[in-house]
Amino acid sequence: MSMQSQPASAKSGRRSFFKGAFAVVITGIAALVPSLAAFFVLTDPLRRAGESISSVRVTSLEALPNDGVPRKFPVLAPRTDAWNKYADAPIGAVYLRRTGERSVEALNVVCPHAGCFVDFSGERGQFICPCHNSSFKVDGSRAALTSPAARGLDSLEVEVRADGSVWVRFENFEAGRAEKIPVA
Amino acid sequence: MKGALDWLDQRTGFRQLVEDLFFANIPGGSRWRYATGTAVIFCIFIQFVTGVALWLSYSPSTQTAWESVNYLQNHVAGGWMLRGLHHYTAQILPVVLALHLMQVVIGGAYKAPREVNFWFTLLLIQVVLFMALTGYQLPWDQKGFWATKVAMNILGIVPVIGQKLQTILIGGPDYGQLTLTRFFGIHAGILPGTLIALLIIHAYLFRRHGFKGAQSSRKPDAPFWPDQALRNAVVCLAIAATLSFLIVRHRLFGTSGPLGAELGAPADPSEPYSAARPEWYFLFLYQFLKYFPAQMEIMGAIIIPGIVMTIIFLMPFIGRSPSGHRFNIGFLACVFVCAGLLASIAFSGDAHNSSYQAAVKAARLEAERVKQLADSPTGVPAGGAITLLRNDPFTQGPKLFAKNCASCHRYNGHDGLGNFVKDPQHASDLADFGSRAWLAGLLDPECVSSTNYFGATKLRDGKMPKFVKTKVAHYMPEQKAQLQKVIAAVSAEAQLKSQALSDAHDAADIVEGRALFRDAIGCADCHQLREPDENATAPDLTGWGSREWLVKFLNNPAHPNFYGDHNDHMPAFGEKQILTSQSIGLIADWLRGDWYEPAKP
Ligand code: FES
Repeated sequence: MSMQSQPASAKSGRRSFFKGAFAVVITGIAALVPSLAAFFVLTDPLRRAGESISSVRVTSLEALPNDGVPRKFPVLAPRTDAWNKYADAPIGAVYLRRTGERSVEALNVVCPHAGCFVDFSGERGQFICPCHNSSFKVDGSRAALTSPAARGLDSLEVEVRADGSVWVRFENFEAGRAEKIPVA
Repeated sequence: MKGALDWLDQRTGFRQLVEDLFFANIPGGSRWRYATGTAVIFCIFIQFVTGVALWLSYSPSTQTAWESVNYLQNHVAGGWMLRGLHHYTAQILPVVLALHLMQVVIGGAYKAPREVNFWFTLLLIQVVLFMALTGYQLPWDQKGFWATKVAMNILGIVPVIGQKLQTILIGGPDYGQLTLTRFFGIHAGILPGTLIALLIIHAYLFRRHGFKGAQSSRKPDAPFWPDQALRNAVVCLAIAATLSFLIVRHRLFGTSGPLGAELGAPADPSEPYSAARPEWYFLFLYQFLKYFPAQMEIMGAIIIPGIVMTIIFLMPFIGRSPSGHRFNIGFLACVFVCAGLLASIAFSGDAHNSSYQAAVKAARLEAERVKQLADSPTGVPAGGAITLLRNDPFTQGPKLFAKNCASCHRYNGHDGLGNFVKDPQHASDLADFGSRAWLAGLLDPECVSSTNYFGATKLRDGKMPKFVKTKVAHYMPEQKAQLQKVIAAVSAEAQLKSQALSDAHDAADIVEGRALFRDAIGCADCHQLREPDENATAPDLTGWGSREWLVKFLNNPAHPNFYGDHNDHMPAFGEKQILTSQSIGLIADWLRGDWYEPAKP
């Protein structure tokens, strides 16, 4: 019964307000301890620097005929997946097209719309995305303005070395944007 | 007994609870359509029971997720039933929820004082949809992997936070281990926890307001028990029966399809999956997205669905007037009809899309194959089932052939994968390469100059076709018989699996054939067979068509042991590093028909 409120004087009213406020703040601080720990762990991927990108050997010039038709090649590179390290993991794929005796163009196969892999259709001479029908010309630019993709296929840096091997600096870019923003 | 129950009742008041639950008054009496709520609860109950059992069988990592699901599906008694139940309940739950929502809105049960409870229903629907989204990729098969990837990329277009949210959800810039642990934790922990909390509040509010009966009913009121309870029980049974039917339907009708839920080939980030589609109840959204040009997809994916959702959330206020109520019913019906329409456009689009159909078929075959390999005596290696497929000549051979060989060669007239090739055929058809039949064709004066052998290469004018056309063409029957033995001898070098029986059976002929090769027929003028000859000018036939021979040949056909300077266009796949030695081995094995085949039952 003693817990029941007495006729409140101004003083005890203020005191109980402070008590209440303290109770709220202290509980809040206590709850923060586990919540912060969880928060930091869950947002850890945001603070992790992406793996540094270096060129990888994809194929050799001999594998690229001079017919102007792009060929698809898997890209194998060292990859760290959380606690696993792979020496040679498939990290993506590129379309390579020979544009001259020793020049090659490389396009990431990932559709810039939402990330499906595009297919090159020999009949239409275009890249077609099987997901929402974006189409791209052979050089990667958008073939139809109605394509849901906001930009053309992403070109990648290629280098043809003296021994005829083709090296690509493989990168992925954020989907759904008009600009090429590398995925960190 | 009674004493014990009294004791318990005094402390818990359960009698009152039971009384309230079972004898709650239903204004206007029991009806079938009141059972939709129970149907929802029953489906969620199934998901919890099967979900927990699945949880106890599942191992979320990129090397074990598919493997553990495959084990459950194919090697644990009743595993297919368990997966099937969980899968198909997820398939019908959206329908049940839609019916329930429809019933609540038509019956006016969303109006005061039940607004808050209505909102909880809506939240519950969203949680269920998120569960479906996060559950789709847990088996880590191609289908779920690629469909979820697209869904996550669409999330990524949300301004400002989209990309960050995506990175947190998938645990990094790329799909991997953390994607699985996170999706699994969300699917099996966070969302079910939220669901239970929502259900408890929902049940509390429901008890507070009781049944919302029909407004103008001439039927008398009735308690829940037993009339409505019986109807609800029948509905639950109908759901269980529907699920069981869906699970076994392919066996019932003998159609091709899995028992229970489908399990595709293991996820492979480097193997595109052209048959990627979301679950059917997201298909409308998928189709909707196609209508939005670049950069506008945020309208289709987020803004318009958001507006629709907001209107539904506001229904309790809109519905205060009779015309508002009618608007609500019409609006909801409209939403469902539009969604259905969009989904059916997507369905029929895919049904008429031959490349999609081909992709589905290829995916099925691959899934079937990897299952065979996982069941083979080798089993699933610790590195995961993905390596099984990557090292399998049966599936990889044709792909490699189509990509690297089919611009000149053919396989039974096609590119190895069964596709027609536009480019003219430059070199031999390699189906059955190494077999007696193939060799007999080469030595047939009618065939040797056809495109299936030397026809389109510069070797067409070489010594071999000349020999066949000038000498073999005039063979006497006795010489023809000798030639057969030589063919058997050379073909035996290939040691083809398909010819093992006849090679063993004709062992004597083969020995004789080798001697004829050297002395009688005149092959040894140019070729060597098991006897080194420095002056040989034509390919070495020792081990011709064997794995070793083919690998060496593919490494460099212009090697002096093979075509030397006569080589016409064929690249040195190994020496020039066009293909890895692994790929070369896969092509050789595939051409030789050498791959794992499960024992016939
Ligand atoms: S992902 Fe390519 S069109 Fe949508």
